[in-house]
This record gives sequence, C-alpha cells and structure tokens, in this order.
Amino acid sequence: MLAAFIGFEVIRRVSPLLHTPLMSLTNALDAIAVVGAIILAGEGKSRLATILGTIAIVAATSNIVGGFIITDRMLKMFKSSKTQKP
Amino acid sequence: MTNLPGSQYIIEVLYFVAAVLFILSLKWLSSPATARRGIFAGEAGMLLAIVGTLFHHGIVDFKWIAIALVLGTIIGVPLGNVAMTAVPQRTALSHAFGALCVTLVGTAEFYLRAPNISKFIMSVLSLEVILGALTITGSLMAAGKLQEILPQRPITYKGQNLVNLGFLGIAIAIGVVLVLHPDRMYLYPAMVIIPLIFGVLMIIPIGGADMPTVISLLNSYAGLSAAAMGFVLDSKLLIVAGALDGASGFILSVNMSKAMNRSFTNVLFGAFGQEQVAVAGGQEARPVRSATPEEAAAILAAANKVVIVPGYGMAVAQAQHKVRELYDALSKRGVDVSFGIHPVAGRMPGHMNVLLAEADIPYDKLLDMDQVNGDMPQTDVALVIGANDVTNPAARTDQSSPIFGMPILDVDKAHTVMVIKRSMSPGFAGIDNPLYYLDNNLMLFGDAKAFVGNIVKELSGGGGH
Repeated sequence: MLAAFIGFEVIRRVSPLLHTPLMSLTNALDAIAVVGAIILAGEGKSRLATILGTIAIVAATSNIVGGFIITDRMLKMFKSSKTQKP
Repeated sequence: MTNLPGSQYIIEVLYFVAAVLFILSLKWLSSPATARRGIFAGEAGMLLAIVGTLFHHGIVDFKWIAIALVLGTIIGVPLGNVAMTAVPQRTALSHAFGALCVTLVGTAEFYLRAPNISKFIMSVLSLEVILGALTITGSLMAAGKLQEILPQRPITYKGQNLVNLGFLGIAIAIGVVLVLHPDRMYLYPAMVIIPLIFGVLMIIPIGGADMPTVISLLNSYAGLSAAAMGFVLDSKLLIVAGALDGASGFILSVNMSKAMNRSFTNVLFGAFGQEQVAVAGGQEARPVRSATPEEAAAILAAANKVVIVPGYGMAVAQAQHKVRELYDALSKRGVDVSFGIHPVAGRMPGHMNVLLAEADIPYDKLLDMDQVNGDMPQTDVALVIGANDVTNPAARTDQSSPIFGMPILDVDKAHTVMVIKRSMSPGFAGIDNPLYYLDNNLMLFGDAKAFVGNIVKELSGGGGH
C-alpha cells in the first residue's frame, strides 16, 4: 500500500516526455518476479515446478536485459539544446 | 527457515535495499537530466535482488537457473536493440513475457501447495493467474496488431461485449470456487485457459488509435499480477515492484483516456470506426488546396514561428531524421521551430518524443498540447506530419463526431496549416477531418519522408537549382 502510494506520487511527476522510457523501465523492474522463478527452479520440489520455473526465468530475464538496454538507449537520445554540440 | 537465520536476514536486507533503489530509480526518471542515473539505480537493485535470491537456502540445484539466465539474456539483448520505431511492439511483447513469468510461477505454486492452501493465498493466486493469463494473450495480440501481422482495424460483432464479459465472469467464478474448495484441482487449468481466450477477444475490437491506452492498461495488469504474486510468495520486494508497475500503467491509461475524452470502459468495450466510415465516404468531393514542396518551402522560409505536429504517419514513414534536417534548415534561417505533441500521438505514451529524440532534436523543443495550443494563434505555420485525428477540429465543434470533446492540437488556429499526408483517406478512427477543407489549409500529398526531404532540399539549395 505504502509502495503504491509512493509510487503513485513519484510516477505522477514523470513528464510526458519520458512516458515511453517510464513504461520500459517499470517493465524491467516488474521482471523482479524472476526471484520467485529462481526459487522455484532451484528448489526442485517437483519436476513441474522446475520446468515452469525455468521457462519463467527465461521470460523474466529477457525482460530485465532487454528492458534496461532499451530504456538506456532511449534516455541517451534525450538531449537538451543547451548541452548539445552545434 | 530457522536453521539458517543469517542468510535469511541478509536476503531481507538486500531485498529492502533493492526496493528502495527501484523507487529512487523512478524518482530520477522524472527529469531527463537525472534519468540515466535512474537506470543505474534500477540495475543495481535488480542485481542485488537476484544475487540475494541465489543465497536462498532452499536452492539446491543451480543448473537450470544458470541455463535459464543465459538463455534469457540471449533473447533479451536483441529485444533491447530493436529499432526505435518498433518500440511499441517490443513493449507489448515484454508485457507478455512478464505476464508469462508470473502465470507460470503462479501455476507451479498452485500445484505445489494445493489442496492445502489458505483462502487468502488462493484468492491472490487466482487474481495473479487470471490477470497474468489475459495479459499474455492480450499483449501478444497487441504486439501482432502493432507489427501489422494482424489487421489493425477493429473487428466487432453483435453481442461481443456480452461474450467477452461472459468469459471473464466464468474465469472469476472458477477462481471463487477454487478459493472455497481448493481440493477441486481439476478446475485450475480452466482458470488459466479461459482468461487466455479472453485476452484475445479483448484486443480484437480495439483499433490502432486506441493502442496507447491499451498498452498502458496491459502494463497495469502485468504489474498488478506481479504484485499479487508478491502476496502469494510473501515477498515485499515483489509487491513493491508490482505495485509500482501497476500504478504507472494505471496512471498512463488514465492520462491516455483523458487525452481522448473517453472512459476506460469506452476504450475497452466500444470500438469506434464502424458507423463513421459511411459518413466519411459522402464528403470526399469537397475541394481541397494542395501545394508542391517548392511552395511549402517558400512558405516555411517566410515564417517566424513554426510548429511541427508529428503523428503515427511520421513513425511509419521513418521520417524523423528528415524532420530533423528540416528543423536544422529552418533554425539556421532564424525560424523558431517547436514540436507540438499530443498525448496519444503514435502507438504508445511518449512514442513521438522518443522518435524525435532519436533524431537528435533537443527535448526542450518538444512541447505538450497545452504549451503549444496557447501559442497557436501567433504561429505562422503549423506543419502536420502524419497526424490526423489529434488535429481534427470536429472534436471541438461537431457534437455528432465520435471524437467530440477530445482535446486536440488547435492547428487550425495557426495562420497557415500544412498537412503532409499520403491521400485523403481518413485516419485509423475512420473519421473525416474538416481541417483539410479550411481556407488556411494546404495539403501536401506524398510520403512523409520524401516530402520533407524535398522541402529540405529546396531550403538548403536556396532555390538555386
């Protein structure tokens, strides 16, 4: 609840300029679900859990890696006219 | 858990630090100047959380974890390096991946725990799986439409909403039954499959112009289902991350809906574009004025203040680099050039900003709707590139128009409007645009990229050749 509230306040202040990076970043953060998948795949409680956990790690990791890379690429492109070289 | 309190304590601390880093990460994203620091905070948090999890004492086998992490990285790197124009599809695809992860984990947890599962856990698990499953197929459908593998026009049929709601209702009912009777495990597969079908049905009636709202909404669902998973696994970190994602998706979808003057339910349940096609067909005989690149260049060169309004057409034509050349050529002549960006221009929130930033246009020249509209009467030329509905004055004046009430960019108030467009065909919403018949409007027919290129050639050549 507290997190949602803080999140709400923080996100509301993100300018429309950066809405696409915002979405790709929250997506990457959301992939923290990987921790649940790692425990499943690692505990080996059942074959099903291991298989599903492993696929889940693949899906989440690709989101983490892809999400951070593309957010960074996008943000690198945003330049102010003051700092820009002529 | 009591046999290794030390490692458990370390994990808790690492998770807490990770959660704080995630929030800081989003906070720094509020300004382009600090945004990249935000990425590093996010990455650091993620790394801490994953390393912390590997210390989890229950983990006995690292083989599959390692293979999966490597495989995920191999898939993730190309996904992170797609062209900027493909960002909306990529985002939709990543919603599907995120939801897939959550749904799989939920499924595994169910079969590990059921039938000895508490009512609370089963409730959040149902929520997690239903939201997750519909987000998987919904996002795949959205990605398919954005990639144009699937038709972008809304597909509707009679009783569609009833069928859709029926599917969702059945899925929720199954969830409720499972909460009350967790031993009826045979019901579980249905609780996954029905939302999967619902996800497909939900996106079928949604047209290209509604994509920004839908992507945001799916974003929100993916986040909420991850937060629900956090409750299932009793992981505060997951709840925080999921809530952040859910909240950001929610805020964006509300923004998008507002920008189109439509409610959530309207976007989800009311595909538009059906009856208006007929209206548009009857009005095509009205006269329009058109101009050549030479004439357009002359008008632009004589202007003091130019506002460029980009839309999805600019993205399709990949014209952003040519637009940058135009920006340079005009700026060199002392023309004040800025960009007016409608919140729903393009196919996802902030789509146009990213494309223009890719073309090296400084972000302080990218203005939002309110900033631009105030200056519009003092603007000499408004140049519309591949945008349609967001400039349609019918939204202000014509009560019968399906987009009536939607906030628009008031390009018609500029002294001269020039619209680069392939043909007179209506936009994705299928609505005729009266702007094109106004006296101060000039149509520039052609491919956005080629046309802007020709204008630039004229400007830089100084009319010499």
